[in-house]
Amino acid sequence: MSDAILRRVRPEQFREVILLVVTVGLLLFFASQIPNYFDPRSVNRLTTGLAITLVVAVGQVLVVLTRNIDLSVSSMVGLTAYVVGTLLTRSQDMPALVAVVLAMAMGLGLGSINGLIVAYGGVPAIITTLGTLALYRVVLVEFSGARTVTTADLPDWLNDVPSATVLSAGGYDLRLMVAIALLVALLGQLTLRYLPFGRRLYAIGSNPEAARIAGLPAQRTVFSAFAICGALSGLAGFMFLVRFGNITVTAAQGLELQVVAAVVVGGVNIFGGSGSMIGALLGVLMIETLQQSLLRWAGISEFVKDAILGLLILIAVTADTIILGRLREMWVRVRRRDQARSQATFAEERGVVHGA
Amino acid sequence: MARELVRRLRSWEGLLLAFLLVVLAYNVTRVPNFLTVSNQVNLFQLGIEKAIVVLIMTFVIISGEIDLSVASMMGLSAAITGSLYESGAPMPLAILVALGVGAAFGLLNGYFVAVVGLSSLAVTLAGYVGFRGLARLLVQDRSVGGFPDWFAHLGQHALVGPLTLSILIFAALAIIATVVLHFSGLGRLTYVVGNSAQVARFSGVSVARTKIIIFMMSGLISALAGVLMAARLGAVRASTAEGFELDIITVVLLGGVSIFGGVGSMIGVLLSTYLVLNLRNGLIIAGVTGNTQTGIIGLLLILSVLIPNLAGRVRERLRRQTDPSMRAPPDRLMEPTRSSAASG
Repeated sequence: MSDAILRRVRPEQFREVILLVVTVGLLLFFASQIPNYFDPRSVNRLTTGLAITLVVAVGQVLVVLTRNIDLSVSSMVGLTAYVVGTLLTRSQDMPALVAVVLAMAMGLGLGSINGLIVAYGGVPAIITTLGTLALYRVVLVEFSGARTVTTADLPDWLNDVPSATVLSAGGYDLRLMVAIALLVALLGQLTLRYLPFGRRLYAIGSNPEAARIAGLPAQRTVFSAFAICGALSGLAGFMFLVRFGNITVTAAQGLELQVVAAVVVGGVNIFGGSGSMIGALLGVLMIETLQQSLLRWAGISEFVKDAILGLLILIAVTADTIILGRLREMWVRVRRRDQARSQATFAEERGVVHGA
Repeated sequence: MARELVRRLRSWEGLLLAFLLVVLAYNVTRVPNFLTVSNQVNLFQLGIEKAIVVLIMTFVIISGEIDLSVASMMGLSAAITGSLYESGAPMPLAILVALGVGAAFGLLNGYFVAVVGLSSLAVTLAGYVGFRGLARLLVQDRSVGGFPDWFAHLGQHALVGPLTLSILIFAALAIIATVVLHFSGLGRLTYVVGNSAQVARFSGVSVARTKIIIFMMSGLISALAGVLMAARLGAVRASTAEGFELDIITVVLLGGVSIFGGVGSMIGVLLSTYLVLNLRNGLIIAGVTGNTQTGIIGLLLILSVLIPNLAGRVRERLRRQTDPSMRAPPDRLMEPTRSSAASG
């Protein structure tokens, strides 16, 4: 029985199923504990909370797949949110599209700096982005002079965006921001599955040397991953501005941990080469669910949040290594047995031919 | 003799020394009494906890791993000390518990890295978030203080001559760390494990044991640094030592230790410790704020790896142009990338 399953499903696909089961289980558990858990208001709050983290997580997946990491995302989000916010307060009649493009272009620029240093300068990603995490934040501090962008100074249309709704059924809204985030995740998943660029990310992450020997443009691909991650952080920065309105110099601080945690919990291997956007989506959903629901459940204080996040990362990484390692062994064994069998029949047939 | 001197100066340590002299010269010219004993003690005292953790981080990185959880561990141990004392435990017991927790969590880090075989980046990232979370759980958003006089006195006043307890501990640990790293079996194992865990395993080295010892010491020494910090500041918050890991890792890498493991010396790290202390001081003199200083340190961190890399590449190209036998493209893939970072 299990052999038949193993023939059809790759071990990595089990991971998403397990994640889905755990997330659904968590939701059901909290639903049984918290009254009115699935009422429109709390569901809407949960989904809007997802949007920003999800957009950044999609970019982070691209980077992590190549066996790198981008810790500077939170500073990029904060910096773009502040700069675009300042520009919007100065020129109120700037079209929305221009503002979004501006935010993404700025993120692209910041991400390209990361990519340049990592891919062409040969500096490990953890060092580079630990450095730019501090550096971009300093640019923000210097640029702002510790002033704050306030909701009152922003153009009116901006304040309407958070409640803008694409679809609505029985009080359950699909907010515009959530729709954008889901669209980004979908595009990301399609890129990973069907575009050469996406496949290259896996190839480079699972074996950089082999990928280079095979002639894949490793440097350019890693550079692009960082650049896109930056652009998506820029988009998230715009969303951050829209959602919160008041932007201080500490905007989005600590977001990088949320994102890395979500990506890791979502089963994207920190050593690169395996993972998916669906996993990241489930990871974001699971962390957001836990954080929001624990606050409401049994009066668990807000101070536990980080401790739980840390524990969750550890559990996810450990479970991933142990369970997937075993699954992969089983998978290889089944494959090998099948191969041996088909070779045996092949030899038999040849034997018959020779005998004749 | 002269050639030997030139070779020495062109090494990474020589470069550090030159840079240090420049920064030192700036500080001395701007501040009249810069080189007096009391001023130097002050200089060390301000960053002494980081300097202490730098010593063990050197071992961690040379062994080919990383520990992102050190600053959170410092915060946690400070929080444990503070909250235990607040709830009526005698101070020595509170300190002992904090150190014990540090060692235990360090052991746990080591277990997950060395035995379970997870990436130290992921494991200590979990620690980074989790330990800080525990600290927040203990002291929440309060500031816990009112420690006994002897504790505050040990943290803030000179103990032997002009030296404080923290500086004495740093000096003792620096000597021990140098001896262990360069003249002991454990030190040699650290290099071997960092160069190639696989080779080490095949040569009968217990990779797991070496790494567990190093991570446990990392937890213990970070906890010790946290207690010393609580004594120096006289009050504990959940955010104590937040962001210190950036400074600590920067100092180690700037000291010529390769992030890929297997390469580095304690002399280089001690030089870069003193350099960064002086640099921060110089930046303060020049009117640069704390946040911007951190940014400059971050930039320095990137440059400390980027410049040797690029220099190595240029040198490689020059050698290939002048030496016809090198025309054939060398197998770049087989060349360990760390050699470029190390040779400076």
